[in-house]
Amino acid sequence: MTNPPASPPPVSAPVSEQKQAYWRATIRLILTLLAVWFVVAYLMGIVFAPALNSVRIGEAPLGFWIAHNGAIYVFIALIAIYATRMRALDRQYGVEE
Amino acid sequence: MSVQVWTYILVAVTFGLYIGIAFATRVKDTRSFYIAGQGIPPLWNGMAIAADWMSAASFLSMTGLIAFMGYDGAVYLMGWTGGYVLLALLLAPFLRRFGKFTVPDFVGDRYGSDALRALAALTAILISFVYVAGQMRGVGVVFSRFLQVDISTGVIIGVFMVFLYASMSGMKGITWTQVTQYVVLILAFLIPSIAISLQQTGNPLPQLGFLNVVGDLDTLQRELGFTAYTAQTRSTLDIFCITMALMVGTAGLPHVITRFYTTPTVRDARTSAIYAICFIALLYTTAPALAVFAKTNLIGSLNDRPYAEAPAWFKTWEATKLLSFTDKNGDGVIQYRPGNALNADKTPNADSANELTIDNDIMVLATPEVANLSPFIIALVAAGGLAAALSTASGLLITVSGAVAHDIYYKLINPNASEAARLLAGRITVGFASIAAGYFGINPPGFVAQVVALAFGLAAASFFPLLVLGIFDKRMNWQGAMAGLLVGLGFTLVYIVNFTPTLGGRGTPDALFLGISTQGIGTLGMLLNVTVALIVSRLTPPPPAATQDLVEGVRYPSGAGAAQIH
Repeated sequence: MTNPPASPPPVSAPVSEQKQAYWRATIRLILTLLAVWFVVAYLMGIVFAPALNSVRIGEAPLGFWIAHNGAIYVFIALIAIYATRMRALDRQYGVEE
Repeated sequence: MSVQVWTYILVAVTFGLYIGIAFATRVKDTRSFYIAGQGIPPLWNGMAIAADWMSAASFLSMTGLIAFMGYDGAVYLMGWTGGYVLLALLLAPFLRRFGKFTVPDFVGDRYGSDALRALAALTAILISFVYVAGQMRGVGVVFSRFLQVDISTGVIIGVFMVFLYASMSGMKGITWTQVTQYVVLILAFLIPSIAISLQQTGNPLPQLGFLNVVGDLDTLQRELGFTAYTAQTRSTLDIFCITMALMVGTAGLPHVITRFYTTPTVRDARTSAIYAICFIALLYTTAPALAVFAKTNLIGSLNDRPYAEAPAWFKTWEATKLLSFTDKNGDGVIQYRPGNALNADKTPNADSANELTIDNDIMVLATPEVANLSPFIIALVAAGGLAAALSTASGLLITVSGAVAHDIYYKLINPNASEAARLLAGRITVGFASIAAGYFGINPPGFVAQVVALAFGLAAASFFPLLVLGIFDKRMNWQGAMAGLLVGLGFTLVYIVNFTPTLGGRGTPDALFLGISTQGIGTLGMLLNVTVALIVSRLTPPPPAATQDLVEGVRYPSGAGAAQIH
């Protein structure tokens, strides 16, 4: 615990320009990642899985493979990108711990 | 040495280890008891999260469920990992920044409402209890098969173990036992999977090996009259809704969120999320491969084989009543076909030619025997199942303890309670919760599966919107949150009860709304909750300035220090 808890800003104090920009960037990042999350899991893994099944990966149908294995690899990437990008944003906008 | 001797040795060694760790890390203050003093490094917290997340259901039941559901098993695979993405992106870092003890703590402070705090605490208790009962059943199943004791004795041993180490060392000790349990359970899952993958496909990586044999399983299933293993059988909309309900439901599970409270900083909370998803993925990407191997092996070694020539393991599992053969056509040969061999009342089902009844829970435990692996590996799987059950049970007990002793007793009933009294209350709650969990493990209600659907549905329709709106919508006030919660919870509850005969429901399957099953209805409950909350909050006054400042505060990591000492 290197940083002492910051004292709360005075009531109704406007949020600094810097912090607003940080929050906008955070929201943008989260929405982008969740869009990928939705496309992979729900569109490729479920809705269009039967169509994708005509493509094969090894002997396995592609749609089935995404739903049983592929989506999970994408989930790992999403969380890793989130943590690294957020660390960079923290630094860029000066809100690091 | 026999399987039984190996099991005794491995169970004794691992249990000794868990108790030893708990004794070495025993605690004397509530901050250590509930959030491990916020000193857990990300790598270790990642392992502990993984062990907490992966329950007896993940370890014992999921592979079996997938093996029988085929493609449709994806609802669990994606549901329980995709929910983790929501948790990591939308909740964990912000709730860590808030930095208190429990999830109801956030709800109570954010909305400035004791009624919501109490409701959140009660929901946390309900969800955790449903879970803990499942863990105890898992312990009972493992003990009854491998050590030939009856299920009740197994459950009592499990309850005593968890009580001992959870009450002694709280969250701090649980962290380190969970780390150990993760290592035990992942080895126990991977070693036999790799051995079977080599045996069946020549490829040591199950994730690659199963790609080459799943086509054969498709063919085999079609020959026996089943649908292809890789084809969807439920409606696409239902699969969509069930996956969403499981994702949103698991993302709001309080016992997992609490684990993120234990890291020193917000950045460490995000980093532990990366480690955790990697550790979880090791099991979750292996399980669908093991399911394919197990199903292929099972059909190969039992179907069309005379009962008299059934392998030795068949008899041992028959003794546990988790596997049974009903010779309907009297030819003495085992026929495995679509449909249930037995009716709900255990009489032979005349509508199906199937003669084999297999409990989902035994697939992981039986597969190493079916594949003729060494007794040591079979015993290791038993120890792994116990580790998965105990690690999740201990996390749940701390959550129940936090909800009762911290949120209800200390925050609502006796705000003047001393530190020592609060710690004692926490320990006593762990005791009572353990006894209750043991009772439900020994006498599982007949509707366990439905209650689990209920727990996920309720978590999806309650906690998740409550927390996400609390962080991302500064304008959200207690009126909106309460209205959304009541509508979302009420709708989900009524729908599930209405379509669950064992809960007294009269709804018939053709009356389901758009064909969405009770497991998936939490998705609609969540959408209703959010919609109502947004509308009501805009028609009522904005929350006080202090609340808006609190929301601002959780958005920026700087200043995330120690949890405030209350």
